[in-house]
Amino acid sequence: MTMRNKANVVIIGGGISGMAIAYNLAKKGMKDIVVVEKEYYTAGATGRCGAGIRQQWATKMNCLLAKKSVAFFEKAQEELAYDGDIEFKQEGYLIVATTKEEDEQFDKNVKLQNELGIPTQKLDKEAARKIVPYLNMDIVTSATFCPTDGHLNPFTTTDAFYKAAEKLGVTFYKFTTVTDIVVEHDEVKAVVTDKGTIETPVVVNAAGGYAKDIGKMAGVDIPVYSQNREILVTEPIERMQGPMVISFSKNIYCQQTPHGAFIMGRGDNRPPGYAMDSTWEFLDEMAKTVTELLPPIGELRVIRQWGGLYNMSPDHQPIISDAKETKGFYMACGFSGHGFMLAPMTGLLLSEMILGEEPSMPLEDLKLDRFEGKDITNMEKSVV
Amino acid sequence: MDPKNVIICRCSDVTLQDLYELFDQGYETFEELKRIKRVGMGPCQANTCGKMVQWEIAKYFNKPLEEVKFQNMRPFTLGVKLKSIKEAADDDEE
Repeated sequence: MTMRNKANVVIIGGGISGMAIAYNLAKKGMKDIVVVEKEYYTAGATGRCGAGIRQQWATKMNCLLAKKSVAFFEKAQEELAYDGDIEFKQEGYLIVATTKEEDEQFDKNVKLQNELGIPTQKLDKEAARKIVPYLNMDIVTSATFCPTDGHLNPFTTTDAFYKAAEKLGVTFYKFTTVTDIVVEHDEVKAVVTDKGTIETPVVVNAAGGYAKDIGKMAGVDIPVYSQNREILVTEPIERMQGPMVISFSKNIYCQQTPHGAFIMGRGDNRPPGYAMDSTWEFLDEMAKTVTELLPPIGELRVIRQWGGLYNMSPDHQPIISDAKETKGFYMACGFSGHGFMLAPMTGLLLSEMILGEEPSMPLEDLKLDRFEGKDITNMEKSVV
Repeated sequence: MDPKNVIICRCSDVTLQDLYELFDQGYETFEELKRIKRVGMGPCQANTCGKMVQWEIAKYFNKPLEEVKFQNMRPFTLGVKLKSIKEAADDDEE
């Protein structure tokens, strides 16, 4: 297969963000769109994530992105005309408080979410127990619940965007590595890969864990770093848990997928880097936490564990932006663990930015220049 | 034999026909098949279907078997209860 040597846009990264950007641009009528992925689609953070869809955030920006993304996911199977199943399940996220500070923070979160039209409720212990009867009530003090949060299969959801984009004429090169970006007079000119060079006036950095390195190729310093977060999956069993259960203070998220397996993870503070190893330390801590918070889950057998990269931004909110220093260079990165669930808005907002359209929501809190010479006051705290 | 009736992955109920359809869609590696159809993702972790999947990829794309990559091997080899892991971790701390 010979590679095409010209494009209107080259998107780097075949995860959910890259696919959603390609789909939105193609839907708006853009031609000659190319997506380059160094492995197979979803090989990076998308395919390693916890498969959750949540709208319960502590910052306005994350709430809005998530709410509008859920609205898309509710009609995604039809809009993308997918022949497989994206396995969308809306049975909520139950976020439990185990400390007084957490309980107070949750009051603020619920107020913010309700003001933005997100139907979260604050629950006392008894109401929380009705939703997940085997919660350890000795440690849970209260909870919040949003019934429209839920689960999506990251592989098939990405496949759905990919196939819809392909039908609209997007060209894809997988197992193709970007080695350089040619910039002349502060303008993007071409993307160099191990299979050939593609001339293009627009490059989109959707490289997930490797976003900083792609930025460097274009002379753009992006203040993000990557960090390994681990996760495990159990054997599939009969349905027993509707919502995802999260505790920030206990450092755990745990849900049962529609397929029956339980997925759970935690965020131990690892040094920045690209390792995605599986450790026994994670396994020990995960087993202790889950058997404490959700005792019956201890009876399930772990069948696999793995790691994946969170691409962390300074305020733990995404960077969806152009770059002042390099014309034609755009980025969707720094999702801090939540790129999968926000992808519909990532795709929409970046396509509007690239085509010079009116943005669907204010962009100042998403742009790269929000970090310039300013202290961070708007930090997202609701991260596992 | 009808490929619809040939079960390749018994944990995730994947037939030979399912594999052929994925091959025709351009999914040619074990890692891709696994992600779309859960081949090798069940309790046996490809200990049963792994070799067969490699064979089918080799035959379909006319490649030598040794050039067909297996899936990335991850822990565990055998399912272990979370409770047992917790108990072992507690023992280590005593």
